[in-house]
Amino acid sequence: MIFVQSTCVPLPIENVDTDQIIPARFLKATSREGFGQNLFRDWRYLPAVSGAATTPNPDFVLNNSLYSGQILVAGKNFGCGSSREHAAWALGDHGFKVVISSFFADIFKDNALNNNLLPLKVEEHFLQQLFEHIFADPNTLVTIDLENQQVQIEKSGLATTFDITPYKKTCLLKGYDDIDYLLSKSADTLQFERKQYKYYQAYA
Amino acid sequence: MNTLFDKVWDAHVVSGEPGFPTVFYIDRHFIHEVTSPQAFDGLRKRGLPVRCPQQTVATADHNVPTLNQHLPISEELSRLQVEALHRNCADFGVELYGLGHARQGIVHVIGPELGLTQPGMTIVCGDSHTSTHGAFGAVAFGIGTSQVEQVLATQCLLQTKPKTMKIAVNGTLGKGVSAKDIILYIISQISAAGGTGYFVEYGGSAIQSLSMEARMTICNMSIEMGARGGLIAPDDTTFEYMKGRPYAPKGVAWDQAVAYWRTLVSDDGAVFDAIRSYQAEDIEPMITYGTNPGMGMGITQHIPSQAVEAGPADMEKALNYMGLQPHQTLLGKKIDYVFIGSCTNARIEDLRVVAQFVKGRRKAPEVNVWIVPGSKQVEVQARAEGLFEVFAEAGFELRQAGCSACLGMNEDKVPAGKYCVSTSNRNFEGRQGPGSRTFLASPLTAAAAAVTGTICDVREMI
Repeated sequence: MIFVQSTCVPLPIENVDTDQIIPARFLKATSREGFGQNLFRDWRYLPAVSGAATTPNPDFVLNNSLYSGQILVAGKNFGCGSSREHAAWALGDHGFKVVISSFFADIFKDNALNNNLLPLKVEEHFLQQLFEHIFADPNTLVTIDLENQQVQIEKSGLATTFDITPYKKTCLLKGYDDIDYLLSKSADTLQFERKQYKYYQAYA
Repeated sequence: MNTLFDKVWDAHVVSGEPGFPTVFYIDRHFIHEVTSPQAFDGLRKRGLPVRCPQQTVATADHNVPTLNQHLPISEELSRLQVEALHRNCADFGVELYGLGHARQGIVHVIGPELGLTQPGMTIVCGDSHTSTHGAFGAVAFGIGTSQVEQVLATQCLLQTKPKTMKIAVNGTLGKGVSAKDIILYIISQISAAGGTGYFVEYGGSAIQSLSMEARMTICNMSIEMGARGGLIAPDDTTFEYMKGRPYAPKGVAWDQAVAYWRTLVSDDGAVFDAIRSYQAEDIEPMITYGTNPGMGMGITQHIPSQAVEAGPADMEKALNYMGLQPHQTLLGKKIDYVFIGSCTNARIEDLRVVAQFVKGRRKAPEVNVWIVPGSKQVEVQARAEGLFEVFAEAGFELRQAGCSACLGMNEDKVPAGKYCVSTSNRNFEGRQGPGSRTFLASPLTAAAAAVTGTICDVREMI
């Protein structure tokens, strides 16, 4: 079953931290919506001259009409730094369904999965091949089969597999979330609390 | 034979079944205004209460002004976000140490100072620097907002157990070298990604000799090498720090707690997935030159042409942003701002170190120096000890508690192109304001930069 088939947006930068994905000054909203407009804000727009409207940075890939799609392809250690889930919200709000990299920071990976954004880890060698294909032909289609955990660069036929836990795969395919599962375990939690409750009585 | 991490982790496993992650129990949940509103909204949508409000504590820190905190917040979005926190805490019965409260402050400063942070606990917060609390032998880590909602609703998270790494630092620190230099050194060796997937235990004689404040500085920056968290075995230094704090156990409960806490050490022969060892004597005052915390070096060294785990393009991009060249020394580099604050280095001990150094000195005329205490209690204590007079005489600008220029979310921003020596934890592009350029350093190195207006080797001034 195809999860996503799309062209890709290449971002061959390593250690993209969540401050770049969405700077702190845009975290003031109290809802989950609308963060996409500030995705990669300080790379995407030229430095603001006071009083002037924001000008897109023509050198940044999101402003390059050659590249579009639901798949962001980025350098290793994507999503490092701050735990802000707003980074995953901003990527999703912009229209990305998958981020492919050779390495993801732990917290970002969890946040992405909790928002139906697939962090897809591939070998560095495959990542570099993927970049080459995208730069050679921006219309390169990439197909992601979540059921079979396979990612394929169409035309070239190059493909590789990726890891995801069976639990998270089911969540993504069926739209479940962790709270439903955790709530279903509340009897276990209660039992744990009765057995293990060491301190809280003292000052609850 | 278990590691300290295994002991605490395993004691919090509620249940697990094949093919599913572990249901993992959380003892203490800290929340703040920026990463919690969507979580509370989620509870409302599902019609759920906060399961354990007595294990949940809130404060306002990330998005608060550090001047005139007695006045309404002038920036509308910030005010609305702080008001939402007040409303949510009132609606769901969560204790809030909000703006104006005597216990308000940076979440990772107030937890320990109130005794809320205790050995053997599992602690989470919607903030990556939650690793700070590991200094007490707690398993503490940052989470996203969906997970904040999960903990509010169920007091549990779904987790896969990370690997363990032991980092030993043995020997004696040289003059002018502090905990911040140790951790910047470690990260420069391991890289900004080298700890990913691991939970780190710090040990060795140089770590054991550190105060609690210094241990918190170390654990705080575990996330900057990608580690999920870092922790240090509790000992007499820990118990001495904790005793008598408002939320610490009292009387018989205290004795029982200490007896349990003393078991929280890695057993002899416990196996770690990775081990690193360093010598304290090899560490000099550190400074970062790039745009992630792994791009750091000893202050007398020259900027390398390649950092650990950073490709040539990555390095070129970073140095271009910083306006620096490979092989350049940073000694003598003129700077514009000094920021002394953040959950890394804004505790009373940090302020004392700075005050002791600047007493009788003045800041360089062209440099702006912000000193932002980590909490209201730190501020009160610093005033009582006369530190604020020292800072005022030195020409430092004294602010009120909050995250401030560490993340540039409120008004405290470094202007584009300007250089800031900062005691905070991240030198990312634009972290301290769009276009800002950050050099991470210890409080002592920052104080020396404030006085000379340049990056300098503080060892020559003490």
